[in-house]
Amino acid sequence: VTLKHVVVVGVSAAGLTAAETLRREGYTGRLTLVGEEDRPPYDRPPLSKQVLSGSWQPERTALRTETDLTALDADFRLGTKATGLAARTRELRLSDGSVLGYDGLVIATGVTPRRLPFGHGLAGVHVLRTMSDTLALRRELLSATAIVVVGAGFLGAEVASVASGLGLHVTLVDPLPAPMIRQFGPRIGAMIATLHADHGVVVRSGVGVSGLAEADGHVSGVELSDGTVLPAGVVLIAIGSVPATGWLAGSGLSLSNGVECDALCRAAPQVVAAGDVASWTHPGLGRRLRVEHRMNATEQGMAAAKTLLGKGEPFSPVPYFWTDQYDVRIQVYGSWPAEAEIAVTEGDPGEGRFVALYGWQGAVVGALGWNMPRELRLHRRQVVDRAPWTH
Amino acid sequence: MKVIADQDKCIASGQCVLAAPDVFDQRDADGIVVLLQDDPPAELHEDVRQAARVCPSLAIWLEDDA
Repeated sequence: VTLKHVVVVGVSAAGLTAAETLRREGYTGRLTLVGEEDRPPYDRPPLSKQVLSGSWQPERTALRTETDLTALDADFRLGTKATGLAARTRELRLSDGSVLGYDGLVIATGVTPRRLPFGHGLAGVHVLRTMSDTLALRRELLSATAIVVVGAGFLGAEVASVASGLGLHVTLVDPLPAPMIRQFGPRIGAMIATLHADHGVVVRSGVGVSGLAEADGHVSGVELSDGTVLPAGVVLIAIGSVPATGWLAGSGLSLSNGVECDALCRAAPQVVAAGDVASWTHPGLGRRLRVEHRMNATEQGMAAAKTLLGKGEPFSPVPYFWTDQYDVRIQVYGSWPAEAEIAVTEGDPGEGRFVALYGWQGAVVGALGWNMPRELRLHRRQVVDRAPWTH
Repeated sequence: MKVIADQDKCIASGQCVLAAPDVFDQRDADGIVVLLQDDPPAELHEDVRQAARVCPSLAIWLEDDA
């Protein structure tokens, strides 16, 4: 099949990388990029870090230069949403009323913040996914004295760290027993709780949110399930994300956990998906994964584009991700269940620098570095090889 | 080809070292990128381009890349 028109929906890291890969691999046909946000493609990890803290101007997050974007020789439809797909007839509907035919489609629409069933209409209640979200939250942080962050995952923990650095009184609330316990397990979770407490953040673990208090349409506090009310004029809801697949309802695609793909990132004939929105069967792990991390957006964007060109290979990455909080950088390779064992193999947690391995079913399945980047990289091989667990 | 590595943008992932170990290394203390050579020979160019593509913090730039 010679492709004549490829449409990429979503122009963040995954979509843009897919478009570039198509060109690099020799695709010379028509290329259309559809992006919901009306600004040039930007990078998201710095939003909850450098942009929120003010250490970077927003322009510094640009994913590519203007020259790079021009060189793609693509039709950019920014500020335009995809609103519907008919995979059988290969037609895409857009928010401007137009209908695009395609013979190759890349779905890279990412995720949207999960919301509480209440309170999001109040002034002062925020989510954080986009540049606009970030700048809106930053404006309020600059004049506020207290923030409550609901949800102690990557986003919540990073925002708590930044807000604390800006001098706010910060409370971090999560129903689980420790911050980031879902990602890193109880031992690292306890260390992260201590890290935040050492910086003056009040960590309220093991308690849920039952409501938001308001005064004149503005949030005034967060009501916890134990009856406590935490006063706050600013609240960030950071309780995870949901794949942005609403526009695909009725498309014929399988959507139970994002866009479901096979090992080659194929969702349907001539349709591939990449990045946060895509779940696929990881050939090495033998199970379905959906990865909401920056590195995966690049790697899967490349893999999905190659599949579209008939050069696809099973997508079998070792996931990599990181988080920056205060003066700590945590980096991770791998993917493991919450029940995995953990063992420190290098450095010393007491000195704030160490590498820990995660073991599951007799094999090394992950490696975590706490302020020890170079040494962590040297442990990656054990994760790739699923080395025997000897700890 | 001229390679530029932005140590302020770098997040110490080490992906560049995995892609092109003859061109990139990491500082011992904090893992930030170190350029071993900024004008690598032609046979390394594709590895360097791959390093720039996969860098999760967009900290590697190439100039005069024909």
